[in-house]
Amino acid sequence: MRFAFSDDQLLFRDTVRDFLAKECQPERVREAWANDDGLLPDVWAGLAEMGVIGLLVPEALGGLGMDELDLVLLLEETGRAALPGPVIDTVAVAAPTLARLQQAPDHQPIAGWLSELAAGTLLAATNFGSPLVGHADVASLVLLDVEGELHAALPGSMALVAQASVDGSRRLFTVDTARDSTVCLARDDRGRSCIEGAFDRGALAAAAQLLGLADRMLELTVGYVKQREQFGVPIGTFQAVKHHLADALLALSFARPAVYNAACSVARELPDAARDVSMAKACASDAAHAVGRHALQCHGAIGYTIEYDLHLYLKRAWALAASWGDAAWHRDRVGVALGI
Amino acid sequence: MDLDWTSAEQAFRAECRGWLASHVPRDPLPSGDTREGFARHLEWERILHEDRWSVVSWPAAYGGRDATLWEWLIFEEEYYRAGAPQRVTQNGIFLLAPTLFEFGTEEQKDHYLPRMAAAEDLWCQGWSEPNAGSDLASISSRAQRDEGAGGWRLTGQKTWTTRGAFCTHLFGLFRTDPDSERHRGLTYLMVPLDTPGVTVRGFGRLDGDEGFAEVFLEDAFVPDGCVLGGVNEGWSVAMATTSSERGLTLRSPGRFVATADRLIDLYKRQRRAGAPAAPSSRDAVVQAWIDAETYRLYTLADVTDIVEGRSLGARSSLNKLWWSEMDVRMHETALRLLSSAGELTDAAPAAVDGGSWAKGFQFSLSGPIYAGTNEIQRNIVAERVLGLPRR
Repeated sequence: MRFAFSDDQLLFRDTVRDFLAKECQPERVREAWANDDGLLPDVWAGLAEMGVIGLLVPEALGGLGMDELDLVLLLEETGRAALPGPVIDTVAVAAPTLARLQQAPDHQPIAGWLSELAAGTLLAATNFGSPLVGHADVASLVLLDVEGELHAALPGSMALVAQASVDGSRRLFTVDTARDSTVCLARDDRGRSCIEGAFDRGALAAAAQLLGLADRMLELTVGYVKQREQFGVPIGTFQAVKHHLADALLALSFARPAVYNAACSVARELPDAARDVSMAKACASDAAHAVGRHALQCHGAIGYTIEYDLHLYLKRAWALAASWGDAAWHRDRVGVALGI
Repeated sequence: MDLDWTSAEQAFRAECRGWLASHVPRDPLPSGDTREGFARHLEWERILHEDRWSVVSWPAAYGGRDATLWEWLIFEEEYYRAGAPQRVTQNGIFLLAPTLFEFGTEEQKDHYLPRMAAAEDLWCQGWSEPNAGSDLASISSRAQRDEGAGGWRLTGQKTWTTRGAFCTHLFGLFRTDPDSERHRGLTYLMVPLDTPGVTVRGFGRLDGDEGFAEVFLEDAFVPDGCVLGGVNEGWSVAMATTSSERGLTLRSPGRFVATADRLIDLYKRQRRAGAPAAPSSRDAVVQAWIDAETYRLYTLADVTDIVEGRSLGARSSLNKLWWSEMDVRMHETALRLLSSAGELTDAAPAAVDGGSWAKGFQFSLSGPIYAGTNEIQRNIVAERVLGLPRR
């Protein structure tokens, strides 16, 4: 028994954290809010260079051939930075789903997609987490759940209607495809199992990003209450403020092991993986919501502006807490697994 | 990450499970916080000790099994899973013993530990005083030097002493330097309760059991051998105990995992008996299971840190906040499921599960108060983990 990451995994995490701290500062996130496609191509290319984007792609196709346990800490870092773009759909969902199908000989384009994905030149979108498909306008590949069958849709084959998110960098669309315009990648049991596996990986990835977002909001708030003075002292000296932040840390601290455990279960394809993912997503969604509330309250009015950075993380947290199944949905699924 | 148990650990689990299955009393014992119940629990403690299950993590020389921290967790899981009796000896085993191992002389360890393991000496904790609760450093019970007799004369009052009326010994803090203030000048002393000058008065807790006591000390003499750690160094010695009290040793995950499982079982029985399906109740039951499971996982991470030499420090306060508030939530959920039957005690023939949920609810409410109130824990988390400024 050892519930801890390896030195290599922690080192990779630190490298990604340093990279994003430098290249994906809040002003870059704001840039993605304001630009045409909500993307930061240079940051994406940098992550592809480091191997993060293709982490789950087989080595033979230019990826690192690693697993969800190696990825979870890195996803947490993308959350901490509120990295814009289809990270979950591309890195955590499309890559392993395609890698699984790629072993079947009749799917020639898949190896090519995976190579492009690992190189950072293919963005993927999916409708597994919700009918709101993120970045469908720029995706080279959209994976769709079509009545239990796994389909691929290529650019130009879909009618898109933009749906504005509370998080301005998340470009969401409802997608309409003509009946014969998509390619079926897997049907029947295999299709369903691919989609279920893909959904669980998306929920796990969202949970990991929520941890990072929550940690970032807590860090911002701790910094703020140490320097903001009222009544002649830093407001962080007041118990009312301390207790807000202790509660925030409590929620985050107990969500974290649930997420890491789920990453382990998914990587090892354990029978309880779906239940563990649901527990993780429920905990992380609730924790991020709670931390966000504490963070906003402790900031006071400055946090309630779009000029201060907190809202960038807060809104991403709200969006992710609601997508890939919200906390109540996932608790329901845990309940089914528990036989109630 | 390696979330598998070794084959040796699995064998240990099987041994625990097998022994418990053949020894745990079929019917639950009366509450160990009553005089009759306490006596029944002592019989159980002696059965545990006879087969060396009372202190599994201790060295064999003192009655233990040299179990690793991982094996101890396994033992606890199996213990609560089997529905075995509460541990009325826990304040000695989990609070005093770690301090004895760290600060005790060989003579003290050889004298006290085997007797504690065998439930011959029964220990209660003497921290709180009428005017020193959350502000523990303000204690005023004093110990005066008696050079001629080679010991200390104790005067003062301790209170909220759990099972004090049934125990034989008390460990606590006393002011040995009369001119000292706050954390300084305190000494950790071990006091036999049959010492002349010691009076113990038991009184009822919220649930009605005589689980509390106040201990009056009037010029009670204890010899130098009763000092644990250095004279006037009691605060740092005591802090070693409080961190184990807050941390995982007193309240292992197995206890709450078992409660969550019982809650799920209660929910299923209520539904089978025709109780209406209330989505909010089901959601709360699931949340209880999730809370217990996250505590289990969190503890695996904690134990990994301890085993690999990383100190938990003030993080143990997070642990205490979690288990104490989870315990209240789980019992509140149970009472909601029970509806009007929730008020029935063990004396009511119509009580569900022997009234144990109502009893457990009342007990759970003490969790956020004892071992340092949760307000104090939140201050500790904010100041020592998050680094917020003190006043």
